[in-house]
Amino acid sequence: MLGNITIGQYFPGDSLLHRMDPRTKILATLIYIVAIFFAQTVVSYLFVTAFTVWVIWMSKLPVRLLWNALKPLWIIIVFTLAIHVFTSTGTVLWQWSFIHITKEGLQMGVLMTARLVYLILFSSLLTYTTSPIRLTDGIERLLRPFQRLGVPSHELAMMMTIALRFIPTLLEETDRIMKAQESRGADFTTGSLVKRAKSMVPLLVPLFISAFRRADDLAVAMEARCYRGGEGRTRMKELCYTRLDTVSMSILILVVLIILVMRFYAV
Amino acid sequence: MPIVLDSVTYTYGQGTPFEKQALTGISLTINEGEFIGIIGHTGSGKSTLVQHLNGLLHPTEGQVTVNGINLADKTEEAKQSRHMVGMVFQYPEHQLFEETIAKDIAFGPTNLGLTQEEIEQRVKDAMDFVGLDYKTYADRSPFHLSGGQMRRVAIAGVVAMKPKYLVLDEPSAGLDPAGREEIFAEIMRLHKEQGVTVILVSHNMEDISKMATRLLVIDDGKVLLDGKPIDIFMKYRETLQKAGVDVPPVSQLTAYLNQRGLPVSEEAITVDDVVASIESLKKR
Repeated sequence: MLGNITIGQYFPGDSLLHRMDPRTKILATLIYIVAIFFAQTVVSYLFVTAFTVWVIWMSKLPVRLLWNALKPLWIIIVFTLAIHVFTSTGTVLWQWSFIHITKEGLQMGVLMTARLVYLILFSSLLTYTTSPIRLTDGIERLLRPFQRLGVPSHELAMMMTIALRFIPTLLEETDRIMKAQESRGADFTTGSLVKRAKSMVPLLVPLFISAFRRADDLAVAMEARCYRGGEGRTRMKELCYTRLDTVSMSILILVVLIILVMRFYAV
Repeated sequence: MPIVLDSVTYTYGQGTPFEKQALTGISLTINEGEFIGIIGHTGSGKSTLVQHLNGLLHPTEGQVTVNGINLADKTEEAKQSRHMVGMVFQYPEHQLFEETIAKDIAFGPTNLGLTQEEIEQRVKDAMDFVGLDYKTYADRSPFHLSGGQMRRVAIAGVVAMKPKYLVLDEPSAGLDPAGREEIFAEIMRLHKEQGVTVILVSHNMEDISKMATRLLVIDDGKVLLDGKPIDIFMKYRETLQKAGVDVPPVSQLTAYLNQRGLPVSEEAITVDDVVASIESLKKR
């Protein structure tokens, strides 16, 4: 019953986007997301739209996937649109008692919603084209300069990797314990909220115990293989910055510059 | 009151890209009073099969009935029928959760809606049955016991529901030989003294050959062989090997001795049987 949940969003493929270094992708995504907020005129919006669509096309991902990424956030999207449409002042287009729609509001609403949609699409492109392991590797590497300021970049990345690794294991465990307790007459699905919360105890206690046991085992296993943190640790798959990354980053910086110029001259 | 499986097919993740058919058209009758051993290599579908017996999984096609009542029904009757089949999972000690041993064993009987006295009586009986002294252990935490003792508490928790059928999935996994002996002795007593029908899933042919009256060999989601264990060991060794399992060591030995020209009885199940058979040959 819990077996069908897919973990992470990674969609394997071999597009240029898939092949890019995770560091480039993370940085590029961050920069572009900030840049989107500098777009203001209709022309610059068209430009941003064109670039986003082009990148999506480059990723060779099925459109259905990107639609799935937007779906869970539709409430926020609709809310953003509604707030702008109904609360802005300006030339009134339509009015009914205290509710009014203005031309400026409509414009603003559409543009803000577009911003939001691009933001979601672009960041989901990152998680769709990068496997969780590469993503954490990238984050680790990018955080390394902050180590001097006390940011434990390796530990953070290791924690993320382990957490991701154990999601399926714990789901399996949950399924098994649920079945065992159901065999003993436990009922997880009916009854009042309080009763159902109480019925979780026979599930959660064994689950926590087993999570701690696994953590203990893993710690011992890592220690037995001489794990002593990130210091001097080499890796099997080195991240490597290629010409592809240089070119992609240059294109992105160019795009961001164009957006900034458009903003400056209000084109 | 038999458990009847009627052409049961089960598919995991139906309608998703991860679809996998685990059982294919299994028809089977489990009669009261039997001691059934189920064997099959990893991934053969044996765990999936036993989870159908108390309605944890419902067949994709076909049906499972206990005493004529379909387990997939949503009636009170079907719920009670599901409780007639007790299930002891692999590593059952991982499902303990209460503060005291007595409370944990009482979990099942409480869910059955019994009276307080009846629950207490059942907890006492169950603890007595698995050889844990009530006075000493009732108020202790189950998490401070040894692995073997924890497992006995967990089994007591299922026994306390007084099931007519008891399914055990690898009950001896991870126990030392002494622990195995104890667990199997208890299962045997449950079968003999209380007339509980036992369905034992195991990798270990030896355990099954010693106890089971009927052996089911599962391979690739189908029942490959079904019969008396000794008959299967004598006649179908090759089929067994193809399914990734082998006859127990004693049968391997008798087969070998016969092959080398020593006509010991192939019906020997224990080492003592073989010794007796050889002794009688010497006398002749």
